Amino acid sequence: MSYRGRFRVWRGDADGGALADFQVEVNEGEVVLDVLHRLQATQTPDLAVRWNCKAGKCGSCSAEINGRPRLLCMTRMSVFERDEVVTVTPMRSFPVIRDLVTDVSFNYSKAREIPSFTPPPGLAPGEYRMGQVDVERSQEFRKCIECFLCQDTCHVVRDHEENKRSFAGPRFLMRIAELEMHPLDVADRVQAAQDEHGLGLCNITKCCTDVCPEGIHITDNALIPMKERVADRRYDPLVWLGRTISRRRS
Amino acid sequence: MTETEQHDYDVLVIGAGGAGLRAAIEARERGLRTAIVCKSLFGKAHTVMAEGGCAAAMGNVNENDSWQVHFRDTMRGGKFLNSWRMAELHAKEAPDRVWELETYGALFDRTKDGRISQRHFGGHTYPRLAHVGDRTGLELLRTMQQRIVSLQQDDYAETGDYEARLRVFAECTVTELLTDPSTGSGQAGAIAGAFGYWRESGRHVVFSAPAVVLATGGIGKSFQVTSNSWEYTGDGHALALRAGANLIDMEFVQFHPTGMVWPPSVKGILVTEGVRGDGGVLKNSDGKRFMFDYIPDVFKGQYAQTEDEADRWYEDQENNRRTPDLLPRDEVARAINTEVKEGRGSPHGGVYLDIASRMPAEEIRRRLPSMYHQFKELADVDITAEPMEVGPTCHYVMGGIEVDPDTGQSRVPGLFAAGECAGGMHGSNRLGGNSLSDLLVFGRRAGLGAADYVVGLERRPAVREADVEVAAAMTLAPFDAHPAAAGGENPYTLHAELQRVMNDLVGIIRTESEMISALDRLGELRARLHDVVVEGHRQYNPGWHLALDLRNMLMVSEAVASSALLRTESRGGHTREDHPGLDPRWRHRVLVTHCVRAGADGGVVVPRIAVEPAERAPMRADLLALFDLTELEKYYTAPELAGHLDRVEAQHTEGGTA
Amino acid sequence: MTTTARGVDARGVNSPGRAAVGARTLRTDRWWLPPTATTIGLLIFLVYGGVRAFQQQYFFADERYLTPFYSPCVSLGCASEPGSAHFGMFIPDHPLIPYAALSLPFLLLFRLTCYYYRKAYYRSFVLAPAACAVPEPHATYTGETRFPLIMQNVHRYFFYVAVVISVINTYDAIVAFRHPTDGFVVGVGNLVLLGNVALLWCYTASCHSCRHVMGGRLTHFSKHPVRYWLWTKISALNARHQFFAWITLATLILTDLYVMLVARGTITDLRLIG
Repeated sequence: MSYRGRFRVWRGDADGGALADFQVEVNEGEVVLDVLHRLQATQTPDLAVRWNCKAGKCGSCSAEINGRPRLLCMTRMSVFERDEVVTVTPMRSFPVIRDLVTDVSFNYSKAREIPSFTPPPGLAPGEYRMGQVDVERSQEFRKCIECFLCQDTCHVVRDHEENKRSFAGPRFLMRIAELEMHPLDVADRVQAAQDEHGLGLCNITKCCTDVCPEGIHITDNALIPMKERVADRRYDPLVWLGRTISRRRS
Repeated sequence: MTETEQHDYDVLVIGAGGAGLRAAIEARERGLRTAIVCKSLFGKAHTVMAEGGCAAAMGNVNENDSWQVHFRDTMRGGKFLNSWRMAELHAKEAPDRVWELETYGALFDRTKDGRISQRHFGGHTYPRLAHVGDRTGLELLRTMQQRIVSLQQDDYAETGDYEARLRVFAECTVTELLTDPSTGSGQAGAIAGAFGYWRESGRHVVFSAPAVVLATGGIGKSFQVTSNSWEYTGDGHALALRAGANLIDMEFVQFHPTGMVWPPSVKGILVTEGVRGDGGVLKNSDGKRFMFDYIPDVFKGQYAQTEDEADRWYEDQENNRRTPDLLPRDEVARAINTEVKEGRGSPHGGVYLDIASRMPAEEIRRRLPSMYHQFKELADVDITAEPMEVGPTCHYVMGGIEVDPDTGQSRVPGLFAAGECAGGMHGSNRLGGNSLSDLLVFGRRAGLGAADYVVGLERRPAVREADVEVAAAMTLAPFDAHPAAAGGENPYTLHAELQRVMNDLVGIIRTESEMISALDRLGELRARLHDVVVEGHRQYNPGWHLALDLRNMLMVSEAVASSALLRTESRGGHTREDHPGLDPRWRHRVLVTHCVRAGADGGVVVPRIAVEPAERAPMRADLLALFDLTELEKYYTAPELAGHLDRVEAQHTEGGTA
Repeated sequence: MTTTARGVDARGVNSPGRAAVGARTLRTDRWWLPPTATTIGLLIFLVYGGVRAFQQQYFFADERYLTPFYSPCVSLGCASEPGSAHFGMFIPDHPLIPYAALSLPFLLLFRLTCYYYRKAYYRSFVLAPAACAVPEPHATYTGETRFPLIMQNVHRYFFYVAVVISVINTYDAIVAFRHPTDGFVVGVGNLVLLGNVALLWCYTASCHSCRHVMGGRLTHFSKHPVRYWLWTKISALNARHQFFAWITLATLILTDLYVMLVARGTITDLRLIG
């Protein structure tokens, strides 16, 4: 039933650190976060790890396990061999604070740069009418628990610190898509997606979709449709022509 | 010593769950400089865990619904212990609060005609819960988070600073409220601010603010099996007590009937009531739908007596009575407890919740995506193919800070509370779906109350340097007081022991002797907390954080155990094996907890509390008249009903014929 | 516990402030396998297709089977196989001009700008990134913001052309049932051509641009029930776009190989009817 698992956990802070070896008891049905909690309770009381709901709903315990961005609470120990060394490091796209905790403020500042929901003027509360089929696309994106694993894995910023300035990241490009597809949002978000939030930097290699613990089809349902909407506006002379004609008629 | 970080705000909101965010939005919209302090990252609060929905009598699915029906359901669910004024405000204002969310960008599931869809839930007469699949809490929290960002964008456009009037202090813990005895009427004086520390750096921070809104949620982390996250350490309850406010109804703790029971690492994690609302049924190891045997007398006639009728109800709610699987949570939790105790439980000590045999796999995945996901990922169980194993889990505390229903203000001037940490709204038992609406309605009211209070102030209370020093020393005590060599206490061990005491001795079923022993054990833990020692330094040190949270957990646990010991009846979230029945003489009494500062044993780290009974305010006549006399007679003593309209009329009629 | 010194190469995951883990990636699985397989698969197709496109023989079999690599056959050289040119012959016959010079460049561009193939070759050829959370070797990265990659945005035009070419392929597959002397016949080759063209349609229709044009660009599905219906169907296909992208590479090669072998007389086409 239970066995001693071998772990390597990165410990340190912004000034440096290293992987430290541990042997910890592992019981049936446990997830990596359980093991880290046991480490805290028995060997390293000051091991810093961010967590909250422990049910995959809040997106706090993001880290990298054996080099892959994952939620600590949603990675069952049963996916590893018993003699396998499990390596846990903090997310490697954000500045580290301590041990497994990183500074994710990049994401909060990006969130502020996306213009908020803009309802139609004069529509009173209680008068909103939307069809279920019209809200479903945006609802998929609103499943996001903001674990920021997609932001962590995206090579645009992971491998190029300098792009952080001009790139909102999959999470917030998806937020633009969510508002763009919102049946009652009246703001125009297409041009800004390309010019200000770096949609063009995305090369649709789908790592964001691969790591999403909520299974949101970020690339196929948000990023590519946004790229197509940008193409509508900027790279499609037919649409441009049609729009010019109809504008002239009206 | 370096200068402590200082901030000055009009309104300080502690807690960034639904109630806190709604309060902050309101205070900021009233033009006040507002700060939100929260222990986690912004947007991670426990509200995201709410699954089923937000109760509001909009009447979108069934036009017969109204605030009166919602009010009646809420009072019945709380077994007539609720603050009737809060229940009234809640029922009346919930629809507006939900509609307001749509203007912030929320996307609820829709009806065919494009309005907000509403679903059935335990204890609600009509389909009433606005929802988004089974992730309604996430939708609410994210919506309000985005509303706050939107307000910050407005400020940025105006001032060039996103945080000019509304700032979030994330991963920051408040350990003490600061008061100014020279102002306010109470002994401790009015609120002057709060003291806390940054979790990231461990550095101290002082907030000066004439109004503080507590929205810290519940106390579940004092129990071993709980659906609550680590944040739920009763901070708001304890902060309020220490600042001079009262707690009420602390004996009422809701155990949600359906938490996961296997594997051990996820024990307690919630299985939404929506599973039962959508057709899932509870079965024991004999395969029997046992809930039909547990319909209590007060609900007789309102629930289906046969499986056939219960099954018909899902299709035709007008002509059939609902399934007893949807009885209020306390009833279902007790029923499951009994089944397990009598040997008809599942292998891991729960009962079965079966939806797999009742609808196609595709439909289950569509209606309950997060549940499907949760069992698949955490327990490796496919809920479309096999039944879930579930059992009761500590979920919600009905008790909380005593507040004025209209403004949310406690008896300490400037101290407001909303959401789970405020008491009274839910009486002895909360209906599912009423917590999300509670936090919207009373979050807004507390924000409004705080704003009005600040505007009306003649002089801002001042933070006293001495108080700051005491608070600072208290937070650092675990580092220096006892060298590890002297055999200091480990905070993780203390926490585990506290959880076991509360779970085993003050859990679903309580007896006098067990609670006396619980109070003894809590006393020992209180003494041992003096010797707690933490390793490492102040930078993001979870052991230290836990040691500080334990102060609050112990205070609140004592409040729960002491209150539960006094109430010699069973009602809602308080079941006494030695006093099994409902006692109308207890209905009109409320147990009030307050802090006793001075004590022979010092009680510096964890101040002593005392619990005393008081009378509840009688319900307004027009509200009482919404109920049938026959129903009220099950709960009320005869003299209390003397003024009920029916009785008055009956007497008139009798008088006329005589 | 020793402290790892920060590498000389302080970029990407080794940027200042980030956790000094040292290793570029800690992935323990065989992450290099998918990009390697993709490279091999794409190279096989490119080499085979290149050779065949310029071979200028064995493209028409049994006086009715035209391989998709030569469709539409519009070169003057198509005269070598009477009946192979369904749409006239007007392009000069030159060894460096494929007989299907009108369609092949567009088909190539359709696939080159396809959202799936972009992922495939960005990962395998460009290594940007080779696998998730594996650092890419490039010092700078501008994605699809500049020329030439900004041209990926014109994918939809190649989609429009691809639809026309798919119609032509369909026409080829249908007229292949008529033998100039034997009349209506059904051979194994007919089934091969039909299967190929059906899968080509699946690939073309499951294109992301198609999904957008058919309905994705709408904000209110409820006001356009027909387009919504189309969108749901295309979305279902779109989920398998990667599958169709690979399966059609295979069926194109197999179809062409079949036609070539029959044309060379290496095998005989089995007639099922007629």
